[in-house]
Amino acid sequence: MATAEIPYQETVPLHHPKTWLGKYVFSQDHKVIAVQYGITAMAVGLVALVLSWLMRIQIAFPGFLEGFGADEYLSSITMHGMIMVIYLLTAFLLGAFGNFCVPLMCGARDMVFPFVNMLSYWVYLISVLVLLVVYPLMLFTDIQATGAGWTLYPPQTITAGTPGADWGIVLMLASLAIFIVAFTMGGLNYITTILQARTRGMTLMRMPLTVWGIFIATFLGLIAFPALFVSAVMMLLDRLIGTSFFMPAIVSLGQKLEYSGGQPLLFQHLFWFFGHPEVYIVALPAFGVVSDLISVHARKNIFGYRMMVWAIVAIGILSLIVWAHHMYVAGMHPAFGFFFATTTLIIAVPTAIKVYNWTLTLWRANIKLTVPMLFALSFVLTFIMGGITGLFLGNVIIDIPLSDTYFVVAHFHMVMGVSPILAIFGGIYHWYPKLTGRMLNDTVGKIHFYFTFVGTYVIYFPMHYLGFVGVPRRYYETALGGHFPDWYPVSAHHLNIFITIAALIVGAAQMLFIYNLVHSYFKGKKASDNPWGANSLEWRTPQTPPSHGNWDERLPTVHRWAYDFGVPGHDTDHIPQDVPRKESA
Amino acid sequence: MLIAAILFMVVLGTVIFNFMSPWTFLELGSNWALIDFTVLVTFVICGVAFVILGLYMVWWVYKYRYVPGRLAEYEPENPKLEARLTIITTIGVVVMLAPGLVAWDQYVRVPPDATELEVNSEQWKWSYRLPGEDGIFGFAHNKYITFENPMGIKDGDPYAEDDIIITSQTVKIPIDRKVKVLLRSKDVLHDFWVPEIRAKMDSVPGMVTYFWFQPTLLGEFDVLCAELCGRGHHTMRGEMHVVSLDEYETWLGAQLTWAEMKAGAVPLSPQALQGRSIAESNGCFACHSLDGSRMVGPTWTNLWGSTVQMEDGTSLVVDEEYVRESIAEPDVKIREGYGPEMVAAELTDEEVAAVIDFLKSQVQEESSEQVESVE
Repeated sequence: MATAEIPYQETVPLHHPKTWLGKYVFSQDHKVIAVQYGITAMAVGLVALVLSWLMRIQIAFPGFLEGFGADEYLSSITMHGMIMVIYLLTAFLLGAFGNFCVPLMCGARDMVFPFVNMLSYWVYLISVLVLLVVYPLMLFTDIQATGAGWTLYPPQTITAGTPGADWGIVLMLASLAIFIVAFTMGGLNYITTILQARTRGMTLMRMPLTVWGIFIATFLGLIAFPALFVSAVMMLLDRLIGTSFFMPAIVSLGQKLEYSGGQPLLFQHLFWFFGHPEVYIVALPAFGVVSDLISVHARKNIFGYRMMVWAIVAIGILSLIVWAHHMYVAGMHPAFGFFFATTTLIIAVPTAIKVYNWTLTLWRANIKLTVPMLFALSFVLTFIMGGITGLFLGNVIIDIPLSDTYFVVAHFHMVMGVSPILAIFGGIYHWYPKLTGRMLNDTVGKIHFYFTFVGTYVIYFPMHYLGFVGVPRRYYETALGGHFPDWYPVSAHHLNIFITIAALIVGAAQMLFIYNLVHSYFKGKKASDNPWGANSLEWRTPQTPPSHGNWDERLPTVHRWAYDFGVPGHDTDHIPQDVPRKESA
Repeated sequence: MLIAAILFMVVLGTVIFNFMSPWTFLELGSNWALIDFTVLVTFVICGVAFVILGLYMVWWVYKYRYVPGRLAEYEPENPKLEARLTIITTIGVVVMLAPGLVAWDQYVRVPPDATELEVNSEQWKWSYRLPGEDGIFGFAHNKYITFENPMGIKDGDPYAEDDIIITSQTVKIPIDRKVKVLLRSKDVLHDFWVPEIRAKMDSVPGMVTYFWFQPTLLGEFDVLCAELCGRGHHTMRGEMHVVSLDEYETWLGAQLTWAEMKAGAVPLSPQALQGRSIAESNGCFACHSLDGSRMVGPTWTNLWGSTVQMEDGTSLVVDEEYVRESIAEPDVKIREGYGPEMVAAELTDEEVAAVIDFLKSQVQEESSEQVESVE
């Protein structure tokens, strides 16, 4: 790329806010929007955390919670799943990290469409409110939150045997549709900004892997979310005006319903055409963040950068043709099993390459065991566990006995619950100094880390074995009439009690993190411009925290990739991206 | 170096747990040994990969810990090593996938000598149908379902007359005989699953799905619903008894054919009929059986006038007052061994009276066959 070219945003004037409201509330600054996304996502995540506590208490100590019946249990699994996948993980990784990292790492002043970016957050907030309004409604009316499971499979989603089949599901579907509007506004921004607003010298193959991960994940989102959007609209029509997209002729609890001719499997295909890429919408940004954290804190270039980029692209493409591995027992045509098992196991190859390259980056490195690095390392180990259990479930015949058991619950929590959350924590510890100008407390951070990593591992690793025994997921109670069935040994119940206690502790440990975020904001050690000695552009802003517009009149010029650590013949162990190359070097 | 130690403990703990764990597959009760074999192959390959990667991490985190002033080795790429790792991974994937696809091919190809068993599912109970002597099922569709015709068998279909209808939650099958399970659903998705058999498949309303197996182990196995089907999902359990051929024939002989069932239907008074249809349209039969079997709630067979035990240790006689209260405020009195799952129904006095008439019609003189199977 010609260095003389003037980057698009260098000459575009920014509209600086004139009021407090414009600066902090209806802000068009990508960094403020990132914080708004982050705080909202964490707040709604706390709701999901409390729900998980309630469910775990019910599993270990059935009947202990007054008023927590099968209806409440089912609506809790539904809300917990949906919140974690959509409103926390997607919103945080793309809304918060995407907004914060993309312009700064690309050397841009802001997103290309700052006003649309602001709207994206406010529409997201509306979707969260529509989702959560069901709880106050439950107190004052007989509306219930939907208990259809986060997969929302019809016909049960909108038939009388499911809690919230009347209005809870309508709120859920409306909230999802609104969220997708918000995501689309944000996503178009990330892609346009990455493609159009990179500064001079920032070629695609010099972009940090975080930006690559967000870039491909956003593409996936823009392809996949419309499938969820149309299925939500179609189900709303089935529910509200009696169409039969997903509803065949059925007799529900003794009543013949007016539906006929619809196809429940159609919904499952649409849902998983969204749902599987969604796994990678969450995973790819996490991959990118972890790659950058490992490289920076190991003081070594990321191993096999080009391979890492192509692996992200390959995973992105393949993720669009594996969706039906969620439907091996759904009753679709059996020949699909051959195709989807094969594509699913092929995707293991680029994924394994990423794991190898993270591990190989540690080889002959100079590893600083900072809190972000601890989280990155724990991500890799957790992700390996989650990945290899995916090889069990992806192989169609193994999925037959294991699907709908706790093996599945353990697998997806490891791979797309805990792993991305560890990456998010790592990213927060890493970028907090740039965002606020203060360091997070190291000791509290380490305590938080050990509780979170070891705690989540002892929760989810043993859970796989409950799946082998055959404990089905989404059971309000495994015992029936006060007796455990023969196949559920009392030792398995003791294991469930252990898991519940671990879950309560891990959940409580997250309060340390929140304390750290708040306390360090006011009392934390002042951070220098580049406390970790990193190379990517966000650490090269003239101010910390960066001002509105990020850079001075002239945008930085990029001369190298973001991973020049330990380059022989230099007196520092890192060379930032905007340092010119010496002709001789 | 706490993290290196912790990572090492996690890897070591994972391996130890795996070998010490008392929790594993239940004893295989069918021909699907190839599934267990594929699981074993996957376990070995994935386990080795996990341990190797984990130990390398531990070793390198320890060995290359930070020393001020030291520079890391500068090696952006190593195409040879990357190619080698890609090839090894691909081989591992192929070794796992190959037996899996072979097994899947067997799973979806039903042997021609398999006999058919239709499993009907609805919220929250199972029922079963056999094709009878002609070996052919009568045509059935959800649109034909009525109270007297719970499986929706088409009126006048000659193949249907000898179909055997099993409304009990328990089905028996003879050992070693290959069974093709055909799955139908009346309402929502369900999934017929016996963990010992390994096989499972969703039932989908509007479709007939299938799987097959050959039972190899005598015994009584729990049938679980494996696909979320609403608030009674966890209670939707039946039983499958794998028995000797003799025992099977005896059991089969005692079952009613569709023709016999139609002929033997007991006529009800108009008021009792009205009560039944009120109960039906309020979803009562999702939780209360009419054949003495235990479901989410107590059976209605021989309920009226009987003495029942309550959760708090008291007992009472089922009379009009108790029935009225239980319909309007089901949480007040809970039967022993049952949970507070019931949702109140808003019925008028006349409607409750009709339901009571129906309850009265469900009291049999001889109750020898209708003993409630609580335990």
